[in-house]
Amino acid sequence: MNTAASVARLMGFSDERVDDLKTAVAEACINAMEHGNKLDDSLSVGVILSMDANSLEVKVTDNGEGPQSKTDAPNIDKKMQGEEDARGMGMFLIQALVDEAEWVSSPPSGSYARMVIHLGHPNV
Amino acid sequence: MPELVTRVTVEELPSTTGDPITVLRFSGDITSASQPAVMGTYEGLPDSTKRILLDFSKVEYLNSSGIALVIQMMIAASKRGQTIRTFGLSPHFQKVFTMVGITKYTSLHPDEPSACAAFD
Repeated sequence: MNTAASVARLMGFSDERVDDLKTAVAEACINAMEHGNKLDDSLSVGVILSMDANSLEVKVTDNGEGPQSKTDAPNIDKKMQGEEDARGMGMFLIQALVDEAEWVSSPPSGSYARMVIHLGHPNV
Repeated sequence: MPELVTRVTVEELPSTTGDPITVLRFSGDITSASQPAVMGTYEGLPDSTKRILLDFSKVEYLNSSGIALVIQMMIAASKRGQTIRTFGLSPHFQKVFTMVGITKYTSLHPDEPSACAAFD
């Protein structure tokens, strides 16, 4: 998370965008450990950074079969009424905080979440 | 980066305009591991508590599981007829709280005096 943030800073992303990326990468890593690897300590979560002049891509890999949850916006009224789990906001936050987000199932090796932020984006 | 322990201290502020304000001051990280500290502290408050102020100014890291704990606290507070105000969140987490809709059930304030004033 901090390495991705440092690279983003060096590329010239604003503090706000760096914070967005840190939260998104942290959520992706939590999802990978909890849902992908099902909290199996013997399995690894990988974080792969790639960049070009204007974009930073972060892939978070795990050994699972792909995302089980959803990217819909949380319904706070349903959460308050107990009709929706208080948790389950990670994928929504990832999608909302980065410029591109996708979840790819790539058996047999596992799955990954791919997040990209672009320099020059209105939020930079 | 090792996860920091969640610490919560409780302070009661007298109010000249109504019920005292109970401040929960969080520090460290707030994650799924923070359930005992966050909800345990909340559940230990006396039933007479009506005004609760959440201080996030010393929180180092917060994730969606931590936000879910805040929602759980808001659900419990709603059932007990309590009002929750919040201050000390960074601009980023003010944005995240707004994104997930928490601001419908608690107000976010830049500092303690403005948060306390919002109870009146």
